[in-house]
Amino acid sequence: MHSLILSTSSRYLLVLLQLFSVFLLLRGHNEPGGGFAGGLVAAAAYALYFIANGVTEARRVFRFEPLTVVVAGLGVALASTLPSILGGMEFMQSVWVNTGIPVIGKVGTPLLFDVGVYLLVLGITLKIIFSLAGEDEP
Amino acid sequence: MRNPPLLALIITGFAVSAAAPYLYRLLKARFVWFGAAFPLTLFTVFMLRYPQVASGVPVRERWSWVPSLGLDLSFVLDGLSLTFVMLVTLIGAAVFLYASVYLRHYEEADRFFGFIGMFMTSMLGVVLADNMLLLFLFWELTSISSFLLIGFNHHVPSSRASALKALLVTGAGGLALLAGMLLLGNVTGSFELSSLYAMNDLIISHRLYPAIVALILVGAFTKSAQFPFHFWLPDAMAAPSPVSAYLHSATMVKAGIYLIARFNHEIGGTVLWQDTILVAGATTMIFAGLLSYRQNDLKRLLAYSTLSVLGTLVMLLGIGSKLAIKAFFIYLIAHSLYKGTLFLVAGTLDHETGTRDVGKLGGLFRAMPVTAVTAALASFSMMGVIPLIGFIGKETLYKAVLDVQPWGMLLIVLAVASSAFLVVVTLLVGFRPFLGKPRPELQKVHEAPIAMLVGPFILAISGLLLGLFPDFFVGRLLEESAVSILSQRLGIEIELWHGFNLVLLLSFVTLLAGVGLYLLRPFVLSRMEPLHLPGLVKPSIWYEEALAGMLRFATWLTSALQNGDLRRYLAVIILSALIPASLMLFSSGGFSVTLPADLSVTPYEVALALIIVLATALLLTSDSRLKAIVSMGVLGFGVGMIFIIYGAPDVALTTFAIETLNVILFVLVLAHLPKFTSRSRTTGRIRDGLIAASAGIFMTLTVLQVTSTALSSRLKEYFASASLPDGHGRNVVNVILVDFRAFDTLGEITVLAIAAIGVFALLKLRTGKTD
Repeated sequence: MHSLILSTSSRYLLVLLQLFSVFLLLRGHNEPGGGFAGGLVAAAAYALYFIANGVTEARRVFRFEPLTVVVAGLGVALASTLPSILGGMEFMQSVWVNTGIPVIGKVGTPLLFDVGVYLLVLGITLKIIFSLAGEDEP
Repeated sequence: MRNPPLLALIITGFAVSAAAPYLYRLLKARFVWFGAAFPLTLFTVFMLRYPQVASGVPVRERWSWVPSLGLDLSFVLDGLSLTFVMLVTLIGAAVFLYASVYLRHYEEADRFFGFIGMFMTSMLGVVLADNMLLLFLFWELTSISSFLLIGFNHHVPSSRASALKALLVTGAGGLALLAGMLLLGNVTGSFELSSLYAMNDLIISHRLYPAIVALILVGAFTKSAQFPFHFWLPDAMAAPSPVSAYLHSATMVKAGIYLIARFNHEIGGTVLWQDTILVAGATTMIFAGLLSYRQNDLKRLLAYSTLSVLGTLVMLLGIGSKLAIKAFFIYLIAHSLYKGTLFLVAGTLDHETGTRDVGKLGGLFRAMPVTAVTAALASFSMMGVIPLIGFIGKETLYKAVLDVQPWGMLLIVLAVASSAFLVVVTLLVGFRPFLGKPRPELQKVHEAPIAMLVGPFILAISGLLLGLFPDFFVGRLLEESAVSILSQRLGIEIELWHGFNLVLLLSFVTLLAGVGLYLLRPFVLSRMEPLHLPGLVKPSIWYEEALAGMLRFATWLTSALQNGDLRRYLAVIILSALIPASLMLFSSGGFSVTLPADLSVTPYEVALALIIVLATALLLTSDSRLKAIVSMGVLGFGVGMIFIIYGAPDVALTTFAIETLNVILFVLVLAHLPKFTSRSRTTGRIRDGLIAASAGIFMTLTVLQVTSTALSSRLKEYFASASLPDGHGRNVVNVILVDFRAFDTLGEITVLAIAAIGVFALLKLRTGKTD
């Protein structure tokens, strides 16, 4: 069951949804959103692409092994705790730096932590979807 | 030159051990010399401290590590520690040198040096640590490295079983030890051994004192293989010979004895303490001696004699007189030297002839003269022949035992008898393989390579030198060790010759009895052959039964709770949450619900409620899976809408994303499921319905209860007001997740990552694929 319309539109939707998920991730600190929701939306984007084009194609487009992304996410989240440890503060106390750049503004370890959550959620969801979908393939 | 801190030596030890496998692969044959240099360097560096320690000033160091737990990196190097450090590093050098040739044909020899290096460093940590928790840490590391080394031939099932046995026994003992240390820390308020010295009165009069003694002794007895925990040690002979020589005779099994000696000062001096270790030690001493009699394997013979000596050492600590401590000290050193040597000799025989059966060995003197001389020297020391250190050890042992009141006569009989069994072992291991006529099947045997001869030979010679000049070599250390154990100096010189007296007579009796037992052995064994001990009296059977019982229980529990039926899982999860929670809800403070004053509803709410109820009804009555999945999606989105109405856009957003992915996942699973059939019976449906309904009712009541009592917590206000100034974010929910309560989130995402691995494994296992 191959739908040309879905297949074509999923290519554009993939990009759009990716952008939207990053948007959710970044605005999460002030508006509804955040790493968890962002990661889920990003995973949904690939899920849509997989429904339209099959799992092999979706794996190819995603490029990374999902478990690697999970590990990377956990690694980033753990790395965000380093400044607090090295600075001799309470564990996971947030550290903020004012970049002075417009739009971006202050950047802190909670954002880095949220990026870790984003990657982890994306990796796990895709791992489950790809594993379930990939069973029929040789 | 300033001496490096002890902590630096420990860290260097672990670093070098971690690098050892790579160095082994890099250096190949040249590793031999590096391997021996590593322990020797440590030995030299520690010896730089000898003058200070010998003058009665222990080296003390302390770094703060986890102050909130009372865990400091504090070390002490006193006479007792230094004695063990010397044994560990010196015998370590011999073993490293030996093993780098012995293991040349093993495929995984590289990792062996990582393990044994880790063991050596941990053992140094055990004897240097002043903080009890730190000591425990190193203690466990020695158990783990012992596990890895016993199971080194991991492709042999019996080897793995032996490793597991040793780990479980010493690990269980380790837990008891930790519990004992924690109790002790609670009673005294300090985990520093040196600060407990002054608190002996406080500790022994505390009501928890018997528990402390019992727990700490279980730890020490399991490690030092005292009866009834002795059975793991003979099985540990599955390890390569260098390991047996190093861990399971000369050093690790002495950690338990070190522990008793170290704690003697702090929690000893009572009848409970002294008599318990005296009885346990004496029992082990004589039983292990008896058991050694019927062994035929070189290494098992040595293992049982090691057990017997360990028992003797524990018994001497139990006697606790000045003389006994002196005997303990000399016997400890003598045993480490000769037993390390004999194990290495056994390894050489095994290596060159391919057998460890004493019945098949003989007449090897001509082929292996150096090994034969080495073995003879060590054997003479073990038999207690003048002028070796073993002779002084045995003399002092007998003298100390004779002084005991009122059990001296009984104990001396036991001591002489078990020493006679040691003589039998030496005749079997140290002499019989080399004497007699050369055997035709052993014609091609030749002497071992030089690196395998140097180590044992030096250890054997040390036994002779120490025997000739005991006071010169270890006199000062003996005095300082006695301070650590008894808190007083002995003021007794160590001498080789004490003149003709009762003790010397006993030494002769021992030798004669040993030779007699040796000559009678074939006759006695042929008579004993038909006899079988009932399983009930063997502690190893207790262990096996306990292990099998535990596995049976685990199998039963798994099949009861996780039988593969999803409904069973859900029922277990829901009920085990529901029952205690509802007990709480209805018991504490009474249950009262006041409905909110304003009960008016908007049309949106009514419409949403209808959608949710309809979707639920459709879900329950659906006759196809697809229909059920879609109605569940509708149900989920309806709930998400409620979140939007009540101003929780974050939760709603996540709910929508989750529900979408849920539907996709279910559709994916759908393809793999068999055709939809209704398989549950009516009774099962009623039961499930009841469980589901009570969970629903419980949740409703909980929500009503929670909302009808005014919250006293100010958390909500705090988070709302602190979010922007402290968390730099206006979205309170997100700030809580990634900042205020970020530690929780970190735990949750770690669980998620583990779950992903679980899902991956389940799916792979199911399809039998290997990736």
